[in-house]
Amino acid sequence: MMKHLFNFIVFPGFLFTAAVGLVASWIDRKVTARVQWRVGPPWYQPLIDLVKLSIKEITVPRGAIKPVFFLAPLVGLSGVILASTFIWLPNIDLGATGFRGDIIVVLYLLTLPAIALILGASSSGNPLASVGLSREIKLVLAYELPFIIALTIPIIKSSGLLKLTDLVAYQTINGAFVSSISGVLAIIVAIFCMQAKLGLVPFDMGEAETEIMGGVLIEYSGMLLGIFKLTKTMMLVALPVFLSTVFWGGFSIWKYVVLLVIIVLMRNTNPRVRIDQAVRFFWGKMTAIAIIAAFLATLGM
Amino acid sequence: MSLKLKALTKSIWVYHLCVGGSCNNCDIEILDLLTPRYDVERFGIVLVGSVRHADAILVTGSLSLKAIDRVKRIYEQAPKPCVVIAIGACACGQGIFKNGPATPNPVDTLLPINIYIPGCPPKPEAMILGIVKLIKKLQGKK
Repeated sequence: MMKHLFNFIVFPGFLFTAAVGLVASWIDRKVTARVQWRVGPPWYQPLIDLVKLSIKEITVPRGAIKPVFFLAPLVGLSGVILASTFIWLPNIDLGATGFRGDIIVVLYLLTLPAIALILGASSSGNPLASVGLSREIKLVLAYELPFIIALTIPIIKSSGLLKLTDLVAYQTINGAFVSSISGVLAIIVAIFCMQAKLGLVPFDMGEAETEIMGGVLIEYSGMLLGIFKLTKTMMLVALPVFLSTVFWGGFSIWKYVVLLVIIVLMRNTNPRVRIDQAVRFFWGKMTAIAIIAAFLATLGM
Repeated sequence: MSLKLKALTKSIWVYHLCVGGSCNNCDIEILDLLTPRYDVERFGIVLVGSVRHADAILVTGSLSLKAIDRVKRIYEQAPKPCVVIAIGACACGQGIFKNGPATPNPVDTLLPINIYIPGCPPKPEAMILGIVKLIKKLQGKK
């Protein structure tokens, strides 16, 4: 019992993932600054942003539904804490057993931050927030389909393993899934879905600072905003580690760095797309590639 | 220096508020300040779109009668502690709109201004100097 609590709260759950995430988001901001020929913020900037947000006043709009407004950030944070614990454990703890079907549970938990954003925005009673939330809902509907199809490929190739520990063990014996054609196609689809799940450019139309003033987050202030930022920071760790666990034969630091570099480069070299372009992209090209990969996987390629 | 004060002065998110009745050149200079050439993200200064995320409100322009209610409401929406910075001659005094019929009130009759940055428009360097002075004042240094 104590061990599980330790796993959830300190290592590798909340505190550890948050610390890694703060470093990762600093790297993101620093690389972005260097790309734009700037110096960029000091290493403690994401942490000090969070500290500052936690000591600011929390303002609640008059039209807000208060219980949902206050609880939505916590829903997202608890989802990402649980998901990151389940994702880290098979990679670092050899005694971890997991349970049958935990890959499906992780899939649901990784959707919780988006659901929390939608709940929070819809309870804040701001018209710009509702524009952002409608975009966020469409984006969730768009990227979940190819993401789930892409995740079936490891399951097909390992003939029905639904446990993360089993998948890691299978890949250490038979080689990573990404060394086959279907695995390469699947991880490409999953990387694009990861960018949309993180809500980064080119798929940040739910927040769109220049257009709808922060969209879903517009009415949030103080600690509640800080919790949303922290959730996003932790997703920046949880998702790349999840992809490297499922497709790439387990976590290691260089794999995480490669995925982070892909995220940062994609964010810095693309403009924001419109919501219809994003939906067409995910339901068209990405779903087609994912289905082709699933066919190839059933043929054993 | 306490952690609280350090956090507040090292991560200033600014919200840009034009209170009407002026030529918008100060707004353009603020945009200049946020370009890579001056790189204020070094000091943690980021432009935000919503006043609920803001730590500092940059006020430009001379206060027009129509804007009074809106400006008051925007200031009340900002989470405290929050500083107000007046940028440009119009926001500091009333500039060339001093005798204008639509802009009879100076901004500082409505908002508690923490620092005045004069100029028509002030250069980005002057704004950085003003913000450095404001941070020193908040830290209690001379």
